[in-house]
Amino acid sequence: MSDLTRLTVGEAKKGLDKKAFSAEELTRAYLKKMEENRRLNAFVEEVPEKALAQARAADEKYARGEAGALEGIPLGIKDLFCTKGIKTTACSHILDGFVPPYESTVTEKLLEAGAVFLGKLNMDEFAMGGSNETSYYGPAINPWKAQGSNADLVPGGSSGGSAAAVAAEMCAAATGTDTGGSIRQPAAFCGVTGLKPTYGRCSRYGIVAFASSLDQAGPIAKDVSDCALLLNAMAGYDPKDSTSSKRAVPDFTAVLEQSVKGLKIGVPAEYRPEGLNPEAVSCWDKGIEMLRASGAEIVPISLPHTKYALAVYYIIAPAEASSNLARYDGIRYGLRVPGNSLDELYINTRTEGFGPEVRRRIMIGTYVLSAGYYDAYYLKAQKVRRLIRNDFIEAFKKCDVILTPTAPTDAFPLGDKSMSENPINMWLNDVFTVSVNLAGLPALSLPAGLSSRGLPLGLQLIGRAFDEETVLKTAYALEKEINFERK
Amino acid sequence: MAEYVIETPKGKWEIVCGLEIHCQIISKSKIYSGASTAFGAEVNEHVSFVDAGMPGMLPTLNRECVHQAVKTGIGLRAKINKYSNFSRKNYFYADLPQGYQITQFAYPIVGEGEVLIDLAGGQTKSIGIERMHIEQDAGKSIHDIDPKKSFIDLNRAGVGLMEIVTKPDFRAPEEAGAFLKKLRSILRYLGTCDGNMDEGSMRCDVNVSVRPYGSDELRTRCEMKNVNSIKFVMQAIENEARRHVDIYESGGTVAQETRHFDPLTGQTKVMRKKEFAHDYRYFPEPDLAPLVLTDDYINQVRSELPELPDEKKERFVSQLGLTPYDAVVICENKETADFFEKAAAGHDAKKVANWFMGDFFGMLNEKKLELKESPVSAENLGRLVELVSQNVINGKTAKEVFAIMAETGENPEKIVEEKGLKQVTDTSAIEAVIDEVLAAAPENVAAYKGGKQGLFGWFVGQVMKASKGKANPGIVNQLLKEKLG
Amino acid sequence: MAIDTETVRKIAFLSRLRIENSKIEETEKEFNHILDWIEQLNDVDTDNVEPLESVNDEALSLREDVVCEGNQRDEVLQNAPDAAYGYFVVPKVVE
Repeated sequence: MSDLTRLTVGEAKKGLDKKAFSAEELTRAYLKKMEENRRLNAFVEEVPEKALAQARAADEKYARGEAGALEGIPLGIKDLFCTKGIKTTACSHILDGFVPPYESTVTEKLLEAGAVFLGKLNMDEFAMGGSNETSYYGPAINPWKAQGSNADLVPGGSSGGSAAAVAAEMCAAATGTDTGGSIRQPAAFCGVTGLKPTYGRCSRYGIVAFASSLDQAGPIAKDVSDCALLLNAMAGYDPKDSTSSKRAVPDFTAVLEQSVKGLKIGVPAEYRPEGLNPEAVSCWDKGIEMLRASGAEIVPISLPHTKYALAVYYIIAPAEASSNLARYDGIRYGLRVPGNSLDELYINTRTEGFGPEVRRRIMIGTYVLSAGYYDAYYLKAQKVRRLIRNDFIEAFKKCDVILTPTAPTDAFPLGDKSMSENPINMWLNDVFTVSVNLAGLPALSLPAGLSSRGLPLGLQLIGRAFDEETVLKTAYALEKEINFERK
Repeated sequence: MAEYVIETPKGKWEIVCGLEIHCQIISKSKIYSGASTAFGAEVNEHVSFVDAGMPGMLPTLNRECVHQAVKTGIGLRAKINKYSNFSRKNYFYADLPQGYQITQFAYPIVGEGEVLIDLAGGQTKSIGIERMHIEQDAGKSIHDIDPKKSFIDLNRAGVGLMEIVTKPDFRAPEEAGAFLKKLRSILRYLGTCDGNMDEGSMRCDVNVSVRPYGSDELRTRCEMKNVNSIKFVMQAIENEARRHVDIYESGGTVAQETRHFDPLTGQTKVMRKKEFAHDYRYFPEPDLAPLVLTDDYINQVRSELPELPDEKKERFVSQLGLTPYDAVVICENKETADFFEKAAAGHDAKKVANWFMGDFFGMLNEKKLELKESPVSAENLGRLVELVSQNVINGKTAKEVFAIMAETGENPEKIVEEKGLKQVTDTSAIEAVIDEVLAAAPENVAAYKGGKQGLFGWFVGQVMKASKGKANPGIVNQLLKEKLG
Repeated sequence: MAIDTETVRKIAFLSRLRIENSKIEETEKEFNHILDWIEQLNDVDTDNVEPLESVNDEALSLREDVVCEGNQRDEVLQNAPDAAYGYFVVPKVVE
């Protein structure tokens, strides 16, 4: 039964429906994989007992014919989602031992659909990072290795544990969150598929906040179809999140088989800057050709403010984060480092509790909001943010979906000096993904081929707001053509 | 009202003062969470995960808090802003769990308005309202349980507040006092805040500066936070203004600072200075979209508004004939005004007002009773006044009847009937009594006719005595004059 | 807009973070490096551009005024590093 973990969510669900195997068998197979791959440090909290209990309950539901859409499907949950009774730390020291007395809406919906939770997945601390190296629990490791090298590679971030776990088949699929590329970039690095839905498509209630106007939950899965299945369960209006959308949620799987013939695929000139890794370029060009061959129309488009997106992002995200992370003060939960006064307690706790990247971003955010600088930084960034969004609105008058590379490079080694010495180099990983968050659009990354080092490269499809369906069906068509071999 | 001037041997100064008032919104649940706002619960029982600032928790805006704010805005004759938004005010404090307060900053829900204050001598003055916004209250820190620790209760954290900011229009402590009274009155009429300063449901920050009398410059102001009674607000203004005058006159400069008013000494003292000044880093709250109100909604709320004290006062003066002073006093409190109106219905309102503000409140004060506990009902008070108007009893008898009403709560007609207190208005009966009195005192009649006019009162007294006080004094007077020629 | 040591200290305090004296200079340099990079936004003409606060264009939905949470003190306090008599406990706050 060891190849049970090879199955996609869709395939596993069919097997469970036919009673080819039980949910308990499926869960045990994944738990075994989880144990075997502990070296990858993908899970920071394992809950095998709970998982098995959920699996048995799922089997009973199958027996009674009451199975939900994801009944008995073993998932990994990014540690940013609050899970009732399961330790949730956002991979930060400051949330040491925090056990939420509540469940996030997205995980609640997954539980209602019958999913089994195997444990909590590693990530960059508070989702701030692009390599999973800022995690208090140490980095998750990419299951892929470059040809002829045994060096450990980063899984990308911030949802590094999610992507690594799905790639190594330690869970059937995983939840992720994406603030500037945190689902798509790790999916690309690990050769799996990740979908960031439209801002407001999924509730943010119970997800530890990083940058509230950008954060969005989504699935990381083995293929496009699984992403659609998971999004069906995760999406929907939530009265507990005032920014969640009241729009009706379609069945995202219904459109997958639709033809892309006549679909207009936008190809933005600005995503091909001089000096871009030729491998990324050729992977992208192949994708363009495949879609053209499938009958889609390729349309050159322009997103002129693309090059400012990163700078805008690194004002807005830290600003919101500096405020969102003020609640970690050692009083009501998590770490407390004592002090003689309240301020001393705050300073001791926060200095010890947050890692360097988080401290850096809190300080930048505090600075750009502070008196005398607000207009020059925050307000300016909000204005350019509108221009970036307007670029997309204009572009989508000419095309239906946009195709770009997901990241400028393939996975890099752990502890890469050029990244650790200059934070901006690390931030540049997000260059193709952040605009989407700033504009609030849906986007998906799917594995599109291997680099000369034998590492996965991703392609990104960007859709109109609330048009995940076009993104998914285009990705599905591309996926068939690419026929990527998962790890 | 006389101008308020601080006069010293060196010169004349005037006060420039503005107020910021935090008013707890009356609503069942908190402004951003579904926890109860009820007062007096066990520690930390009325706390949701949102109020406790737990990770991943998000605010949701309470419809009723918006409704109450719009009502209040209309009551303050203010512009209701159809577009407003929420901002975060960032600062660390033990009773502020999120590390920020969700408030309104650039775009408040209510814009400029005005409140008319009633001053001595029936004068009124308009005080400008700069703005009003809605926000959340903080929790409470308890400092007296342990010498080294503070204890945090979050029951109050997240209760809705309206912050009303006035223009710097106050020129005298009494004006600030009159404003707070009037504001409290308006809020209570509207039912949007109970206005109890001693319980902290209405809290006042006072900004004070002074300037040479007659000038229009604006000098450095000092702010006194949380001054918790009208009397203290007036005292704080007076003493703080004196302090400024003393500083200027001795050649010093006033430092802009936040000061604490000490109710025991009546003085203000500077609060502990922080290492760095506050920098609240306001920015738009990303968890709440902007609040957009429609004209229909605003008009709907406007149509629900009760008659407010100014309108009621106006009506009592113009339609019921009350003096402006009586109308102001009666209208300050809605229950009082309602009681009065009930008592005055169908009767002589001015006479009812005299009784109401005189004997009636005197009786309540003496018995230490609230209006709602009054043994004399509004209807019975009205009936009593009516008995006097109809000459059924005279004023003196009415006081006796009222005393009985205050003890028994009885209907005055019944009391008059049972005790046989009805006054005699039958002229023939009174004539008979007068004839008796005159026949019994021929010397006095002669003396009166001989020019001793002062005896007239004596005759009246005798007639009243003989009628056991029931004769109508007016008729007695008239008939006596006729008979004595 | 280069920032100086004093500003770094002020920002650290506002953030309730400590920067060791030996690290101040390094932090200041790093900050200025990042801010220099952000300066590129000055190349963008944003005259007459409205700031974008939210990508969500749906009207804010309001919650009915119903008490539906609370009476869960144990859960509220269960993660607290220090709690007593139903309160959260902190070092003495000097007003």
